Amino acid sequence: MSLDHDQTTDARVRERGDSAVLRMSESALAQLGVIDAPAGVAHDLAEDETMFINMGPSHPSTHGVLRLMLELRGEMVVRSKPVIGYLHTGMEKQGEQLSYLQGTTNVTRMDYASPLFNELAFSMAVEELLGLEVPPRATWIRMLLTELNRMSSHLLFMATNGMDLGAVSMMIFGWREREEVLRFFEKVSGLRMNHNFIRPGGVAADLPDGWRDDVLRLLELIPPRLDEYDTLMTGQPIWQERLQGVGVLNTAEALALGVTGPLLRSTGYAWDLRRDMPYLAYDKVEFDVVVGTYGDSFDRYAIRLNEIRESMRIVAQILDQMPKGDYRVQDKKVTPPPRARIDESMEALIHHFKIFTEGFKVPEGEVYAAVESPRGELGCYIVSDGSAHPYRLRIRPPSLINLQCLPYLMQNGLIADAVANISSVDPIMGEVDR
Amino acid sequence: MDALLAVELAYWQQTTLRVIGGLVAVLLPAGTLVYVYLFKMMSFMQSRLGPMEAGPYGSLQLLAEVGKFLQKEDVIPAKADRWVFVAAPFVVLMSTFLLVLVLPVGPDLYFIDADTGVYLALAVSSISVIGILMAGWASANKYSLLGGLRAAGQLIAYELPLILAVVGVVIQAGTLNMQGIVFAQADGEIFGWGAIGNPFFLTQFLGFAIFLIAVQAELTQPPFDMPVAESELVAGYMTEYSGIRFLLFFIGEFATAGVFSALAAVLFLGGWYVPGIDSDSNLFNIIGPLALFAKMMFVAFLIFWFRFTLPRFREDQLQQLAWKYLIPISLVNIVATGVLKVVF
Repeated sequence: MSLDHDQTTDARVRERGDSAVLRMSESALAQLGVIDAPAGVAHDLAEDETMFINMGPSHPSTHGVLRLMLELRGEMVVRSKPVIGYLHTGMEKQGEQLSYLQGTTNVTRMDYASPLFNELAFSMAVEELLGLEVPPRATWIRMLLTELNRMSSHLLFMATNGMDLGAVSMMIFGWREREEVLRFFEKVSGLRMNHNFIRPGGVAADLPDGWRDDVLRLLELIPPRLDEYDTLMTGQPIWQERLQGVGVLNTAEALALGVTGPLLRSTGYAWDLRRDMPYLAYDKVEFDVVVGTYGDSFDRYAIRLNEIRESMRIVAQILDQMPKGDYRVQDKKVTPPPRARIDESMEALIHHFKIFTEGFKVPEGEVYAAVESPRGELGCYIVSDGSAHPYRLRIRPPSLINLQCLPYLMQNGLIADAVANISSVDPIMGEVDR
Repeated sequence: MDALLAVELAYWQQTTLRVIGGLVAVLLPAGTLVYVYLFKMMSFMQSRLGPMEAGPYGSLQLLAEVGKFLQKEDVIPAKADRWVFVAAPFVVLMSTFLLVLVLPVGPDLYFIDADTGVYLALAVSSISVIGILMAGWASANKYSLLGGLRAAGQLIAYELPLILAVVGVVIQAGTLNMQGIVFAQADGEIFGWGAIGNPFFLTQFLGFAIFLIAVQAELTQPPFDMPVAESELVAGYMTEYSGIRFLLFFIGEFATAGVFSALAAVLFLGGWYVPGIDSDSNLFNIIGPLALFAKMMFVAFLIFWFRFTLPRFREDQLQQLAWKYLIPISLVNIVATGVLKVVF
């Protein structure tokens, strides 16, 4: 058995085996002799020369309930297969039973590390069906919150990535900074996660008093902490050795596998929906799309770290440009009336009652809206039959699709690399299984 | 010990004293390290307070933890190799107890005054590998097995730099006797200047650095904690252990950290000697243990500082570090020490 990693370290574009092995069923994978070995792997092994190890669904570094079947030769991963479905809650199906107003409550629980993006994608899809024009302040509040959410999500990645690679202190540091952001979310929406704050027609409430100071405080607090990460991790020789050249992906492979987000950008392909298909008001702010060079785990780490900085740049611009006005559309059919109006006006009471019992009707049609979530392209596809519930709700989860590349990344690495790869894909299992 | 008390002791009395002394020498540093470094220093490094409820500043947390472990159900996996599984933690702990025997804590305070003290210390320290392999094999768990094998590979690889790092000290002191090494540092002088003696970390700085790195690997602490890497192998060879058996492993881990730190203090920092007092002074039988304890805490501080800061190596990088860098450097160190010893 060879522990020599020079091959993978030097050759930035790795030779890839037969992709058929990826499509094998779980039971077929278990029957060793039946399957042809992927090219590049000496598979003339006797049956007892490899060992199957079942990593997960309950394992410290599988980010929830991802299960991996690993075929090991010594410590080397010969083949691997992710098995999903342990967190399946039927949220997409449930979405068909819930009204459009309740829909955000449902979708926000999918990617629980970046809940606001789910709400945003869903709301944008519904608004497109309704033909609603969201007031500018709502748009900018959405931008502010989603950028802060991108920061908190990437900070969570910093924490888990550090933990997976054995840097115990890094875990706490990541959580610590994320907590600061979540504290702001709590002030805005009342909840740390699963906010249900972005809703079809705008946002649930205006920003609270003093929000500007809170955001400014975040902008002051986090950059020095990111520099600390640089000292602790980025420049650290062990950290570099563990991540550089590990889990290499090239652009063609990434595109073929449908990978998006930091994984795709790490290969040097600058694809960011915020810039390439601007939604909200991203065409009015200035930011850079961070790309990598080698497509390895280190690039993915560095991209996420720098995306936090870019997000802060965007947030600073949002602070300057935040318009005044309504935070939701004044369409009586979509927006519940203000509380005071209910006591005065019979009509308002009826509208309020109708919206919260039947929900509002959405014209027939189908629509796809996509946003750039911290993990990639998060899309929401809705088919409406003209009633108050979606006929079909489908979320394009970036985590699920990014997870496809895991067997590619892990092949011929060590177990330690496997863990680094899972970590750098950064899957959120709630979103994968939905 | 009888020299200090200046009384004749019967054999059973001596034995009792030695057993108590051994227990204290193993458990006291272990407890101190867990509280001061694992509970408190780690917490402060991570912007948190650590345990604060049990006793003032959480100082009784350790007792609470031990009580918790003692109450736990004793689980042995159905397919485990029962006797090996049960024996493994004791083998690991035994190596720690044997290791403490050669440590001199004062001019007349020692358990055994072996002429081959250093040799004995390094020999018994590798017994723990057997215990870890036993644990890994007997657990009937693939993660445990991988952890056990990783541990074996790692400990064998780092045994070598550990020994080679000490060779420089032995050459300089001209003896393998631990007490002799302390006296050599206490009475030595650096280019004719003997005010602080000659603590070997000044002249053997390479050896000291290599020794610390190798100790870190021997203790399987981050960045060398692959055998118990919780994000890869759950808990490696300790995965299936719970209750008192896990506690034994835990004590073994920290006691060994303490003993190795003390060993480093004896070999490189002058042991129980404090500059300014004549090394023949009987005073050292009282302040010697305290001085050694302080030095041990300093070395342990370095060890735990690395532990809480650095990410984990990968298995092949770990072997590379040992074979490509540490061993050649320590060989160069030995040659240089030998040449300089002859020249001066």
